[in-house]
Amino acid sequence: MIDKRVGSVAEAVAPVTDGSVVMVGGFGEVGSPIELIHALIDQGAKDLTAVNNNTGNGEVGLAALIGNGRVTRMVCSYPRSSHSKVFPELYRAGRIELELVPQGTLAERIRAGGAGIPAFYTPCSVGTPLAEGKELRDLDGGTYVLERWLRADYALIKCEVADRLGNLTYNKTARNFSPLMCMAAATTIVQARRIVEPGEIDPEHVVTPGIFVDRVVEVPDPLVESRLIAEGRSYPW
Amino acid sequence: MVTPSPGAGWSREEMAARAARDIPDGAYVNLGIGIPELVARFVPEGRTFLYHTENGLLGMGPPPAPGEEDPELINAGKRPVTMIPGASFFHHADSFAMIRGGHLDVCVLGAMQVSREGDLANWSTGEPGAIPAVGGAMDLVVGVKTVLVLTQHVTKTGEPKIVERCTYPLTGRRVVSRIYTDLAVIEVAREGLRLLETAPGVTEDEVRDKTGAPLA
Repeated sequence: MIDKRVGSVAEAVAPVTDGSVVMVGGFGEVGSPIELIHALIDQGAKDLTAVNNNTGNGEVGLAALIGNGRVTRMVCSYPRSSHSKVFPELYRAGRIELELVPQGTLAERIRAGGAGIPAFYTPCSVGTPLAEGKELRDLDGGTYVLERWLRADYALIKCEVADRLGNLTYNKTARNFSPLMCMAAATTIVQARRIVEPGEIDPEHVVTPGIFVDRVVEVPDPLVESRLIAEGRSYPW
Repeated sequence: MVTPSPGAGWSREEMAARAARDIPDGAYVNLGIGIPELVARFVPEGRTFLYHTENGLLGMGPPPAPGEEDPELINAGKRPVTMIPGASFFHHADSFAMIRGGHLDVCVLGAMQVSREGDLANWSTGEPGAIPAVGGAMDLVVGVKTVLVLTQHVTKTGEPKIVERCTYPLTGRRVVSRIYTDLAVIEVAREGLRLLETAPGVTEDEVRDKTGAPLA
């Protein structure tokens, strides 16, 4: 019987090793798997490359992973935000590397990684500093830049409903990068608000088919990052 | 309500209302963060726009009433929004397929600089120590059919933002169609910039003085 459920967030992130590439779902705090990230901080893996649209907020979640010195390299599109201070400080101090990727190119590189396509041409960033040093090609009257796929050792994902086969649904704009990251990681680890029996999710409504998911843990009432920041919390507590 | 500008020229709301007049009924529209977001408040009578927000929602509605916010329903500026009947959610690859694939009709963006050829710079000053952040701007400018720019005519220190050639790092080359400022509406034509309209109380000479590129 296939059963991808695990009993705790600690067990879920146990296999992550030093030096891993870890994709983290979420757009800002929305869709961010905060319990899995905190479990990863407790677990201790370091020298990580993290892939996310942003760099976290305050001193919890992704920002805490970075602030605790576990991330040496960040791949993202928008490392600034009103509550982002951990990354900018480390970046200015030269203690973390940044690969800045336009948001749509980031999404497509991750999609390509999951789809087995090692490179693709896109019009995005042609003529800008972000295309410098990359191969350009004229096709059908336009100029395009070659971008490489992005794959990961692990993806940390938050979803709304999962079943034990790993089928997932999301909630509203919390979906964002998560379905792509599930496809692009060798091992995809998911926290779900609710885990149900196979068949309870209408097959027409499955967003991420279970084949892209390896481990599922139930976190019924996930923390809300902005509330923790308003309370001045910092992880580890 | 449009708040009139205290002096000569258009207020931010008037600039947004002026840009909204040029967006056709039924358009699929993406609004950038900041002043461009105001456009949604000034949709001309009898027209409907469908709003796309690149974090994964088509059919975005107005901001929710206080206390009605849904923490998992936000826009690209990470602020709470609502959705209209007929809205849809999708992941980022689909969202940027809509953008890059030419399916969106109009996007409205802010600018640090726009050149006479329609080059746009709006993501980085390129200064040492600045944290570069690009988000979806580079995808929007290459993919959306019509790119409108909404910006003050000059910087806070009075430097022209419409220039012969951008000095800041580019977001895209030859991508801007029209520029709406507090002083004027300017079209980016093949042969160069064309002054289409000046704000009430603003002369063509004043606009030319404050523009760093020739205006036909």
